Amino acid sequence: MESAIKESQKKSEIPLHTTLGDQIQMDQIRTDEGVRQKIIIPDPIVEISNLNLRYGLKPALINVNIEIPKNHATAFIGPSGCGKSTLLRCLNRLNDLVDGVDIEGNIIINGEDIYNPRLDVTELRRRVGMVFQKSNPFPKSIYENVAYGARIAGINKKSTLDEIVEKSLRGAALWDEVKDRLRDSALGFSGGQQQRLCIARAIAVEPDVLLMDEPCSALDPIATGKIEDLITELKRNYTIVIVTHNMQQAARVSDFTAFMYLGKIIEYDHTEKIFLNPSYKQTEDYVSGKFG
Amino acid sequence: MNKFWKSGDPFVWVTGASLMFSLLMIGGLLFLIMSKGLGFFWPSDIAEVELKDESKYLGQITDREKIPQPGAPEETQQKSRILFKIGNRDLYDLDFKWIDEDDIKEISYPKDAVIFERREWGDMYGLIKDINQRGNIISGTGENSWMLLKTDIENSNGIYKQIKDIEKNKIGDINRDIEEFRLGIRKLELQGETNQIKVKEIEGKIAGQNRLYDEQESILSSLYEKLNENKITVSIIDGREKEMSIGAIVRAYRPNSMSWFDKAVLYTSKLWEFVSDDPREANTEGGVFPAIFGTVLMVLIMSIVVLPFGVLAALYLKEYATQGILVRIVRICVNNLAGVPSIVFGVFAVGFFIYGIGGTIDNIFYKEALPNPTFGTGGILWASLTLALLTVPVVIVATEEGLSAVPKEIKEGSLALGATKFETTWKVIIPSAMPAILTGLILAIARATGEVAPLMITGVVKLAPELPIDSHFPFMHLERKFMHLGFHIYDVGFQSPNVEAAKPMVFTTALLLIIIVVVLNLAAIIIRNQLKKKYTTSGV
Repeated sequence: MESAIKESQKKSEIPLHTTLGDQIQMDQIRTDEGVRQKIIIPDPIVEISNLNLRYGLKPALINVNIEIPKNHATAFIGPSGCGKSTLLRCLNRLNDLVDGVDIEGNIIINGEDIYNPRLDVTELRRRVGMVFQKSNPFPKSIYENVAYGARIAGINKKSTLDEIVEKSLRGAALWDEVKDRLRDSALGFSGGQQQRLCIARAIAVEPDVLLMDEPCSALDPIATGKIEDLITELKRNYTIVIVTHNMQQAARVSDFTAFMYLGKIIEYDHTEKIFLNPSYKQTEDYVSGKFG
Repeated sequence: MNKFWKSGDPFVWVTGASLMFSLLMIGGLLFLIMSKGLGFFWPSDIAEVELKDESKYLGQITDREKIPQPGAPEETQQKSRILFKIGNRDLYDLDFKWIDEDDIKEISYPKDAVIFERREWGDMYGLIKDINQRGNIISGTGENSWMLLKTDIENSNGIYKQIKDIEKNKIGDINRDIEEFRLGIRKLELQGETNQIKVKEIEGKIAGQNRLYDEQESILSSLYEKLNENKITVSIIDGREKEMSIGAIVRAYRPNSMSWFDKAVLYTSKLWEFVSDDPREANTEGGVFPAIFGTVLMVLIMSIVVLPFGVLAALYLKEYATQGILVRIVRICVNNLAGVPSIVFGVFAVGFFIYGIGGTIDNIFYKEALPNPTFGTGGILWASLTLALLTVPVVIVATEEGLSAVPKEIKEGSLALGATKFETTWKVIIPSAMPAILTGLILAIARATGEVAPLMITGVVKLAPELPIDSHFPFMHLERKFMHLGFHIYDVGFQSPNVEAAKPMVFTTALLLIIIVVVLNLAAIIIRNQLKKKYTTSGV
């Protein structure tokens, strides 16, 4: 990976941010370094510095610097195509799967550079769990879905697996609903239940960080409420990074919020500050619904 | 008018009509095959036809048609003729006769006319004159003889079964052992073994087997004597008489005095004979069991081979190969391979499988049997492999489509849990694509069951003496030649000397082949639906 990054650096004659800078009107966006990292995060678990990413020639992330606090929920908000999902997927290197992606910069999780070529990607993904926009249970039983990660990690003892499944399902507030139907196909459940199952599946391997990519966008308000309660519950033990389109949701569940626009982090601060008293007009326009 | 066209109604009619037309053609085909094939076993009445020239015939009316009169003026009256099955091939030479209806003086249905189904020479129609035991007449005309005949036939069928058992199993085993010992001697010779003691030992064993053979032979000859003990004299309608042994009769019945229920029982027993028995009389009579067995076994072996190969190839194409111009060319080639005429695959198989691989196997493992080939000739294994080759593109295409349909989210979900690409493929992607893979297998089975051309040169025969699976070690004899329903249709219908007698066999065999295709497909469809239910019970 790193060699690929170096090669891409050699190839690209124009720095990434200038390429984008030609496309958008610079005067609308405040990009100076000091503004983007305004607050001091006391105990960061994820540190991203000078991250640039492009798909082929199209830049998607430009000079991102952000620190994400441990055991808190951090939300990424912004209009469609601003790069929030891309940023999220950098944290478990799921972007590696996309053809023609160039990544440069540093991401350090728990003191370890995750783009170190000697790093075991599967090990990283076990430490950084992810919940997707569309619930994606495997075509297996509830039990097998939750036990999947553990089995992959080499745990095959029945009693241990039973314990993990129960603990995870309880953690995802799903145990009481499915405890009698553990052997049923996961695909027979409602969307909200499926999404909570995916959360149970993600926390079954006890990750350090839990990434959530618009986890409620396909759910009705009641199911959304349950997931939000769950997030509030989970952030005591897990570091949660959530991408959402729904600003009320960000306001309800997150402690910190980053507003992104066209591949850049415009403002990153405590959630109340972002929604009540943003420092930048762009943020204010977005959170107040003037655009986006 | 314009509005009428724009409304789209005519289009709906055209689509409906097209579907209707297809259904009609399929329905018509099935109806034709079923009516011609299933009626064959129904014992229709025996008619006695007296012609205006005083000659008489006894037999069954099988067909009626207008006499073609090419070039005749319009107003000529249409005349008809009947196809009359007169049997008695040993006396008349031909067992079917066209009779113009104008020539018929009278048709009657004598109550005591009998059909004798014989092991050779086809059916005989006539009346019982008497039954004798070693020349002494024990029963004359009348109901007594009929009852006696029935019990005698039952007895002789029992004896015949014993004879077949001895010939096929006991003597077959002895011959097999002798052949094995002979090959053992040959092997010693090939190895340059000079020790004559071993050879002598084996020769002693052969002599032992020969003694056993003689024993069985004497049992056989006494059984044959018993079988031919009682003879029947049949009076033929033209005044001649024919004496034959009762052991030569498979069954005798008098359709004119049978109730509807008796006929139904006879019909069922004949139908059962058809699917469970060996063929007789150059395949035009008896059953087709070896052909059913060969067809099903061949398709099963083909499925076992084609499924893993097709799925693995598709996995590589879809999941591992870098998508580019090369992969696209490969994909086009695979698609085109499905359209190559099957006989081309057959010719390839003869060269590659039979002479290439089979010849090499013979040279290494079956040297002592040469120059008689063991694997170096057509056999069920090579035929199955040929069909597997023929159908592998179908499985690849279907599997690739199935793999494409697996949602990206599921793949990423598995990867995000720390699974490697291999684990993801094996545990999540293949199970999700299983219904599509099985659809590919169903298409492959449908194609393979109906294929005949490549089989004709890779191991199908008109009559195979042994099934490819039996009770002798190693139980599966994949080098053996086999019979196949599709080839049976061709052989009976177009290679048989007795075309009229073979015609109904063609329809019944075709019907059977269709049923087998349907059954194999249904089995695969049921499995697929089970899997679908398991994997895709949709929620959301």
